[in-house]
Amino acid sequence: MMPDIGHYALILALVVAVLQGVLPLAGLPKNNEKLFAFATPMARIQSLLVILSFIILDYAFYANDFTVYYVATTSNSNLPLMFRLAAIWGGHEGSMLFWVAILAVWTLAVTFFAKELPLRFRSSLLAVMGLVSVGFILFILFTSNPFERIFPAPFDGRDLNPLLQDPGMVFHPPLLYMGYVGFSVAFAFAIAALLDGRLDVTWARWTRPWTTAAWVFLTLGIALGSRWAYYELGWGGWWFWDAVENASFMPWLIGTALIHSLAVTEKRNAFKAWTVLLAICAFSLSLLGTFLVRSGVLTSVHAFATDPSRGLFILLFLVIVIGGALILFAMRAPSVGLGEKFDLVSRESLLLTNNVVLFTATGAVLLGTLYPLLIDAMNMGKISVGPPYFDTVFVAIMVPGIFLMGVGPIANWKKASIPDMASKLKWALGVSVISALLVPSMMGRLSPMIFVGLLMAFWVMSSVFTSIKMRLGAIPSGTLKQKLKTFGPAYNGMLLAHFGLAIFIVGVTMVKGYEREHDITMQSGETKVINGYDFKFEGILPIRGPNYVAKQGQFYVSKEGKPVALLTPEKRLYPVQGAVMTEASISINPVRDIYISLGEELEEGGWSIRVYFKPFVQWIWLGCVFMGMGGILTMTDKRYRLKKST
Amino acid sequence: MKLKFLLPLVLFFVLVGFLLKGLFLDPREVPSPLIGKPAPAFEAPVLGDPSKTFSTADMKGKVWLLNTWASWCVACREEHPLLVEMLAHDIPLYGLAYKDVEQDALDVLDKMGNPYIITANDADGTIGIDYGVYGVPETYVIDKAGIIRYKQIGPITPESLRNIILPLLKELDA
Amino acid sequence: MIVLRHIVIVLTLFVSAFSFTTTSFAQDQVSDSPAVEARLKKLSTELRCLVCQNSTLADSDAPLAQDLRNEIRKLIEGGKTDEEVVAYLVARYGDFVTFRPPVNAATALLWFGPFLMLVIGLITLMIVLKKRAKLIAAEETPT
Repeated sequence: MMPDIGHYALILALVVAVLQGVLPLAGLPKNNEKLFAFATPMARIQSLLVILSFIILDYAFYANDFTVYYVATTSNSNLPLMFRLAAIWGGHEGSMLFWVAILAVWTLAVTFFAKELPLRFRSSLLAVMGLVSVGFILFILFTSNPFERIFPAPFDGRDLNPLLQDPGMVFHPPLLYMGYVGFSVAFAFAIAALLDGRLDVTWARWTRPWTTAAWVFLTLGIALGSRWAYYELGWGGWWFWDAVENASFMPWLIGTALIHSLAVTEKRNAFKAWTVLLAICAFSLSLLGTFLVRSGVLTSVHAFATDPSRGLFILLFLVIVIGGALILFAMRAPSVGLGEKFDLVSRESLLLTNNVVLFTATGAVLLGTLYPLLIDAMNMGKISVGPPYFDTVFVAIMVPGIFLMGVGPIANWKKASIPDMASKLKWALGVSVISALLVPSMMGRLSPMIFVGLLMAFWVMSSVFTSIKMRLGAIPSGTLKQKLKTFGPAYNGMLLAHFGLAIFIVGVTMVKGYEREHDITMQSGETKVINGYDFKFEGILPIRGPNYVAKQGQFYVSKEGKPVALLTPEKRLYPVQGAVMTEASISINPVRDIYISLGEELEEGGWSIRVYFKPFVQWIWLGCVFMGMGGILTMTDKRYRLKKST
Repeated sequence: MKLKFLLPLVLFFVLVGFLLKGLFLDPREVPSPLIGKPAPAFEAPVLGDPSKTFSTADMKGKVWLLNTWASWCVACREEHPLLVEMLAHDIPLYGLAYKDVEQDALDVLDKMGNPYIITANDADGTIGIDYGVYGVPETYVIDKAGIIRYKQIGPITPESLRNIILPLLKELDA
Repeated sequence: MIVLRHIVIVLTLFVSAFSFTTTSFAQDQVSDSPAVEARLKKLSTELRCLVCQNSTLADSDAPLAQDLRNEIRKLIEGGKTDEEVVAYLVARYGDFVTFRPPVNAATALLWFGPFLMLVIGLITLMIVLKKRAKLIAAEETPT
């Protein structure tokens, strides 16, 4: 009767979450410390109950308890343990519980790591998180209960979707959700600050590490999902501008803008209303993403039978949470002060310009994602908005932003001089232009897109080096090592993240510009030369996996007589769902991937196969890892360690 | 309260309005651009009797329905009984066997009844492409001048028959 | 979230696997001319597979996608330009079939809105920064 306990724990969590949300807020008008004191214990109890409920559901997966309807629909007793445990977030109901469980993890983290915040502020913060939790638990209990039982229980489950049976499934959703849901902390900080009328430098300083933490998770989560799609889907794409992907990308973009505007607010106590609005937007876009994914309003998600009541519920929840936040914003934001002075030409201004760019880029992604819906809602027909649109509009908007990314770190705070920056960046510009011409000449083809892409990448890189050189030059004495020590993690993290973006741009540009695709047919024993590599098709081996059977191709790849790799793409049949999966095989090295996937067995014998050469494709994800590491580095900066304050 | 601080709220509510509307729309249904345009002309062998052909030219001056279907299509089986019933009510239903093995299609008609006056055989699916078929079953209502007046995407339901197709046929026949 | 997209894909694989067993004639008739294939590839990545609505015509194994690819090959070999090929498909399936929305009155906001927003945003920032500098200067002078 474990599942019932899980269900009760969730109901109890709802009750506690209501207390966590209501009591501290009730204490606000009269500054009632007794009511504030409820916040932390209630938050902890609520979180533990939700996590308990989650563990119980996952135990049902572990124990193959098919009396639980959700387990019966998303798992199978033959499924390897690792995937059984991950199957909990493989369907709608479980992934909603997972959402709340991640919120619980963040709530617990706040109760433990934000102890030094003033009681009043911390209490409102936890109250806001409690109210968010209330909404989601209600949603689960009323529309998507994962603990629902079926009698008689089926003999075995319907299995996890074979595409999801991959290590990517174990790590991608947790990272992504940690990022998504993590913006709820920044949101709660913003609301608490608005309620409290304490939008100031300390607020910005408190918020920064939490925002960065969520951003790091989201960065890594999106990157991992992209890499997973790359090898799993069998056609070597890594980003599709699909509505669901956009739903995770928009909070990332706004989160990036938020990180930069928090810097301005922390330094100059300025643009506080704007920063708080971005914090609200970041979490709102996470919620909007949840709505888009679950309601079926866009052609991306579940093809059939999405329950309209779910969509209505989330929409209502959106109206309450976001609408409420924006009303509060409209009431309180006008009274925040101006902050300190800075010049029109200064790092502050550049950061804000970057904000305009990132905000617009998010707007473009949102517009493109929702436009088919807008057109349809106005009865003007059906259109599709896909990669050709986003590749054009998004990139065109980002290019000036990336140019400014090279300028920003060079600019002085408060007051910068254009001639001074120009003289510092002269050589950086020269080097980037030359490199952006040199690399294509080595690759044998130059196009405007390739040139612009590489120029941007080298521009950011050389600007990072210019920053380091400048910084070193500003320190009068000491050895290089001593000088480097004075840099501080926040600064290093920023440079590393910027450098990571440059690496990412190199990867994207090289793949887009130089990838090669070959559709060929091969007989067993045949050797073909493709793109300078010899592919010898040794034949097909039958393979038996834990819950599938497969045909595995054996391809020896060599170049000029030297062995390169043995590639073994598979065609798998998962009998429970009767699904056929293509499993690609990839030879990876820093400058190119060789990607091979099996097509169909031909009637006249032999196989159709697809071979891709993807130059520098790994740099895409390597760049994201650098960005994530940069984020982590900035969080270790001493100034974010909280001191007891009142 | 300064108005500019209300702007995000206003934009948000505009967005909510669209999302609310969107909940009641089906994003997967693709309206045909052929409505109001002449039905693409074709001439195809008759299913079960390849020596004869069916031609859209023969349909000039008549109001008729073209129903695309296939033996491998599960949803077609769903609407089939309703189609058989329609024939009993003298509704001029013509079939287009879309990308089917002839014998398989004939077996279905044997087993479930033949609701079609004539079924044309579109074995390679090229007629389907001309009509913009993207998932069988799809049904076209074509008027006397050979103009497509309505396209039912997916199975015909008793509701769509009663509320849309029958009134339209009445209007076109008049 | 990319996960959820996979569910759709698997459903489509499911459907296409099913139709495969019944319609064996759905096969790509690859052209001998690499130029035709290259143009097909470029065109089909911008077209939507109507059956499995979230992948492109290039990536889909659905029978209709194969038919449409073969049809496009014929059109290319028949000397049609890329625009004519897209127009051919749009005439049958509507604008829904292309991932590159046409530029017209209904999509003006989509195509130009973001750039307009960028310009307005930058001008607004400029004005705000200048106004702010003035206000701060005004606050400073009396003291």
